[in-house]
Amino acid sequence: MSQDVNSRLTGDFYTAPFGPRLEPDGDTLVLNMGPQHPATHGVLRVVVELDGEYIRRAEPVLGYIHRMHEKMGEVKTWVQYLPNMGRVDYLHALAWNWAYVGAVEKLMGIEVPPRAEYIRVITCELNRINSHLLWWGAYLLDLGAFTPILYAFADREHIMDILQMVTGSRLTYCYYRFGGVSGDVNDEFIRRTREFVADFKKRLPMYRALVTDNIILRGRCEDIGVLTPEMARRYGATGPVLRGSGVAYDVRRAEPYSIYDRLDFDIPTGRKGDVMDRYEVRMAELDQCLRIVEQALDALPTGAHIHPDLPERFIPPKGEVYYAVEGARGKIGVYLLSDGGPKPYRVKLRSPGFSNLSLFAELAQGTLLADAVSILGSLDLVIPEIDR
Amino acid sequence: MTAQLLELLSHPLGQMITALAAIMVFMAVNGMALQYAERKVAGFIQRRPGPYEVGPHGLLQPFADAGKLISKQLVAPLGADRLLFWIAPLVSVAPVVVCFLPIPFSPLLTGMNINLGLLLILAFSGLNTLALCLAGWGSNNKYSLLGAARAVAQSVAYEIPLLLSVLAVAFQVGSLDLAAIAASQTQGLLSWNVLVQPLAFIIFFISGIAETNRAPFDLPEAESELTAGFHTEYSGMCFGIFFLAEYSYMVVVCAVATALFLGGWDGPVFPGPWWFLAKTFALIFAMMWFRWTFPRVRFDQLLNICWKWLIPLGLANLVATAAIVKWVQ
Repeated sequence: MSQDVNSRLTGDFYTAPFGPRLEPDGDTLVLNMGPQHPATHGVLRVVVELDGEYIRRAEPVLGYIHRMHEKMGEVKTWVQYLPNMGRVDYLHALAWNWAYVGAVEKLMGIEVPPRAEYIRVITCELNRINSHLLWWGAYLLDLGAFTPILYAFADREHIMDILQMVTGSRLTYCYYRFGGVSGDVNDEFIRRTREFVADFKKRLPMYRALVTDNIILRGRCEDIGVLTPEMARRYGATGPVLRGSGVAYDVRRAEPYSIYDRLDFDIPTGRKGDVMDRYEVRMAELDQCLRIVEQALDALPTGAHIHPDLPERFIPPKGEVYYAVEGARGKIGVYLLSDGGPKPYRVKLRSPGFSNLSLFAELAQGTLLADAVSILGSLDLVIPEIDR
Repeated sequence: MTAQLLELLSHPLGQMITALAAIMVFMAVNGMALQYAERKVAGFIQRRPGPYEVGPHGLLQPFADAGKLISKQLVAPLGADRLLFWIAPLVSVAPVVVCFLPIPFSPLLTGMNINLGLLLILAFSGLNTLALCLAGWGSNNKYSLLGAARAVAQSVAYEIPLLLSVLAVAFQVGSLDLAAIAASQTQGLLSWNVLVQPLAFIIFFISGIAETNRAPFDLPEAESELTAGFHTEYSGMCFGIFFLAEYSYMVVVCAVATALFLGGWDGPVFPGPWWFLAKTFALIFAMMWFRWTFPRVRFDQLLNICWKWLIPLGLANLVATAAIVKWVQ
């Protein structure tokens, strides 16, 4: 029986995602990377056809961690769906929080108090630093450097402690509410955030000296996986992947939401669009995140942290709404369709990782296996976000 | 009785058997000590304590690991070439034992005084490639196969600069006997070959790291690409033996580097063997330091370093050494 299943699986499994074979060449090797593989960070499966160590074709296969988040939106009430958002992308949970909350607020016309907007900016940017740090460590792990991830986790620990004070959780946050945030920040939070910003500013030059300027790292990253702006646009890439190719598109600047138009920060971009540019863009974004956090802390107004008179039940009027925010991986879009009932009629989540992953097949073609791993890492994929 | 035993031991064959037995004990102890050291060094570099739970300061961790490895079931994958699969670990560990024979821990403490000791080590350490090749081929696993292909290309390429750097020293001293080479460096720090032949030392050390498949040249077992490379399918003590062989090769490479370049047993106050071991372990510490600091190089870069840098430099060094030796004569 098992033999039979095996033979059927090899027939369909390996050839189906590839479509028709390019040529009947017996010299290639089909290698199945994942869903359990150290380089795919989670449960991504990549089927690659190798010619020696060169990749002829690489095909990502999705769906191993599909949790039906969009369908869950249709069976839960507007409020009940909120905790799902922290689980879509566990690394930048607050951006997803924001995208959904922002969409509902836009649909219902709820106004957010200024203090809540500033708190959202501070916590969201801290969360972004957290996400970029984890990417940094995991990417270097892909390149074979074991130590940076532990340094990154030491810094992440501070951020998680800070965010735990206000949100109550350390990873899958559910902090934002329709019309504000669930709890106000206190002086302790502000003090520790300022401390962290000061400390982390001292850590960044060390990271540069220790890792970024390492000759082996440069050799592994420069001129690898060059993504042209045209190709990035074709696949709908966003976030640091797009900015690494030199397109200064950032939702915070292009379609400003919340108070981002009042803050002063740069949009770092790359020049060549190679892996190193994507790396540098993320490292530069860490600096910008710190700048934003500092400005927001300085300008933090007093007042309510949540809209004082909210309706008892959230039942938005009929209609549809789209709201986009800038996540650590790119443009997060939430599309909601309401039929005036207690539950959303349709929820569509636009995850940046999905578009970013889709360009991998083209980008990896003709590269060495080691470079493909490096390119895959440089796209900063969070598989649960892609599968949703 | 005692006299008979002594006579038996003084026979060359008896001497060799005694030496081999002693070497195996040394290797086993070393394997455990180095595994513990590696974890502690990694912990130190990564700002964490390393093993800490089993015994005081985690000192019993190696024993716990050895016990676990030995007690695990040995599994061969379906469709593996069983003969090759099982003999590969043995092929990998057996030559190392021989490699230890001519290493001069001190003028007296040498397994066997062979006047071609260096040649013996180079010849037998080359067999490790065969073991990796067999393991990769026999496992019936694509990752293993890729790992083995990398291992062969890497070992073959890096044996050349290794040889060139060793030859430079051999030319200079005029001997292939490790004890004689070490003895020629006992006139103080300035007579150490690392100062006479700095380039050869650098080439030797880099090639040695590549030959032992240590990071940043650990391509045959590149974790993020090939899961575990050639030993993907090995579990239990078979993996343990590969592990032991890797650490023993590290000791061999560092011991040869000590004898060739760092004055061997030369040093004040303490007896020679301690100095020899201290220098060897200092080099091993450097290797561990590299592993936990650097990213891995890519395969073509690895070969480029070898063919475009190390071999030309090694050749130039060799020619220069030969010319100077001739001129001095």
